[in-house]
Amino acid sequence: MAEAAVKNFQTTQSEWDRIAASKEFQDLMATKRMFIVPAFIFFVVYYFALPVLVGYAPHFMSTKVGAVNIAYLFALSQFFVAWVIAGLYVKAANDFDRLSKDIIEKAQDAKGAN
Amino acid sequence: MSTSLIMFLVFIAITLGITYWASRRSAGASAYFAASRQIKGWQNGVAVAGDYMSAASFLGIAGIIAYQGYDGFMFSVGWLVAYLTVLLVIAEPLRNAGKYTMADVLAYRLKPRPVRAMASLSTLVVSTFYMIAQMVGAGALVALLLKDSGITFHTAVIGVGILMIVYVVFGGMLATTWVQIVKAILLMAGTILLSILVMAHFGFSFGAFFDAVSHVSYHDKTGALVTKDFLTPGLRYKPPYGALDLISLGVALIFGTAGLPHILVRFYTVPDAKTARHSVVWAMVLIGSFYIMTTFLGFGAATVVGQDYIKTHGGNNMSAPLLAQALAGNVFFAFISAIAFATILAVVAGLTISATTSFAHDFWTNVIHKGVERKPGEEVKVARVSAFVVGAAAIAIAILLGPTANVAFLVALAFAVAASGNFPVILLSIFWRRFNTAGAVAGLAVGLLSSLALIIVSPSFMGIDPPTVAAAARHLIQAKPLFPLENPGIVSVPLGFLAAIIGTLLSREPSAESRFNELLVRSNTGLGAEKAVAH
Repeated sequence: MAEAAVKNFQTTQSEWDRIAASKEFQDLMATKRMFIVPAFIFFVVYYFALPVLVGYAPHFMSTKVGAVNIAYLFALSQFFVAWVIAGLYVKAANDFDRLSKDIIEKAQDAKGAN
Repeated sequence: MSTSLIMFLVFIAITLGITYWASRRSAGASAYFAASRQIKGWQNGVAVAGDYMSAASFLGIAGIIAYQGYDGFMFSVGWLVAYLTVLLVIAEPLRNAGKYTMADVLAYRLKPRPVRAMASLSTLVVSTFYMIAQMVGAGALVALLLKDSGITFHTAVIGVGILMIVYVVFGGMLATTWVQIVKAILLMAGTILLSILVMAHFGFSFGAFFDAVSHVSYHDKTGALVTKDFLTPGLRYKPPYGALDLISLGVALIFGTAGLPHILVRFYTVPDAKTARHSVVWAMVLIGSFYIMTTFLGFGAATVVGQDYIKTHGGNNMSAPLLAQALAGNVFFAFISAIAFATILAVVAGLTISATTSFAHDFWTNVIHKGVERKPGEEVKVARVSAFVVGAAAIAIAILLGPTANVAFLVALAFAVAASGNFPVILLSIFWRRFNTAGAVAGLAVGLLSSLALIIVSPSFMGIDPPTVAAAARHLIQAKPLFPLENPGIVSVPLGFLAAIIGTLLSREPSAESRFNELLVRSNTGLGAEKAVAH
């Protein structure tokens, strides 16, 4: 295959299957899933709450809070929530990097030994 | 010569200097298509922001808020939140497993030719539609901003078109990246300055500012003087379909941004997935700060300038420049206008390079010539020629459509196609073992066609105008819209996913399933990912 020919790391099908089934890789995927799935669901729900509430509960959203109202504060909060999730993801991703590094090193060692 | 024109020329001179510098570093495919993968994380983040924040954001959203208050601000939220999908799901796997285009990831375990042909078609459609919207907007805007210098719509469109061709043909991805970085820095600087001036106008009192926002007076359509609270929702999105249309737009943004080819190609310009991740965060900081500041730009224009004045001085897209003029005079007006111009150029350059990369790499090399370059450097040569062709076509179409054409729907369409076709197919190819070529082709085709079809029967195309409406502003089809929403996402995204899943289940492709583990390991660990090239 043309695209495979340019890849920097090549190994056999059975080796890929072995890596995919290894405990290290399964750990990596579980760690990723544990953060990404809930974070994704949370931000999608939080984001769509804005048009839903504004569209279907406009009077409640127009309630004044100081100089502004709930609608404005909720829209503003979206920015900060997005930043916080991004920050938490970067933190969590340090673990992904650490786990990935082990897998990459093992794979390269295994290949070197062949 | 007006101050605006001088500032435009200064910006053009700087970007041509960048292009000259980049042209000497753009030999070879990886240098031309991916800036040798040596762009730093923060640089790529700034460039993503520069690629993404179009004149529609800078001028359009300020204008919507100036006219319709809170609803415009709410509209801007989704443009940032969408980057969480890019960050959490797409950027890193794409960088790990691909080379130059999103199709690289799809072609990994699926049959390369049908998948690349469809992905390339989808990329070309998304990019050229988006580009035409930008070009028509750019022409009208530049003509308005440089009215005193005698620049017409045609001159402006041709000028913008030639510049984007020059950046991409000679400077490749490196020049495009730096044009986007310069633009993003200018845009942020202008926005911050303008925000500070608005607050200074209100004595740096948020109380006074929001109090003015709560009592905005203007003459409505009937000519009556009305006073409205611009913080109250409902001035733009009205029943019965307003909320649903906004939700539908949200669906297209949240899933479409992660499927926009010109954003995705940016992640191939950095050395590795970790840098790609950091660049998304940088982009989010910039994009988020910008959209928060639209509070000052939009509400500032509504209160300080007022929509009565804006209406008679160029219309809602002129809100931000007119605000600058009102607060700090003509030189600042010229500066903000030059930023708007820079904004357009950076976005169209990004669109051009993503379209040409996909044509050269996906269609020419991999579909027509089965993945073999017949002679070294052919792919880059093809890309340069196609950049010229794409640019010339965009100029011609923009001129044919003319300055009064309603092109806003083209942006909605680009996001809908990206969300309904590209996104489901990228996602399923990375995460679903059973996924196969039939599913990918079906998903891309249905995503593209359903978005197109729904837009054509939407209020953007269909409507019954009273005879008083001018010819150029009339709906193309004089009948009641068959689909009530302007944004097709809420229907087309599920359709795209459904087609991808059904297409997959109708056939089996053992080779795609057996190579899934390889793609899974590569995309999640970065094992064997494309590396940066030294100069």
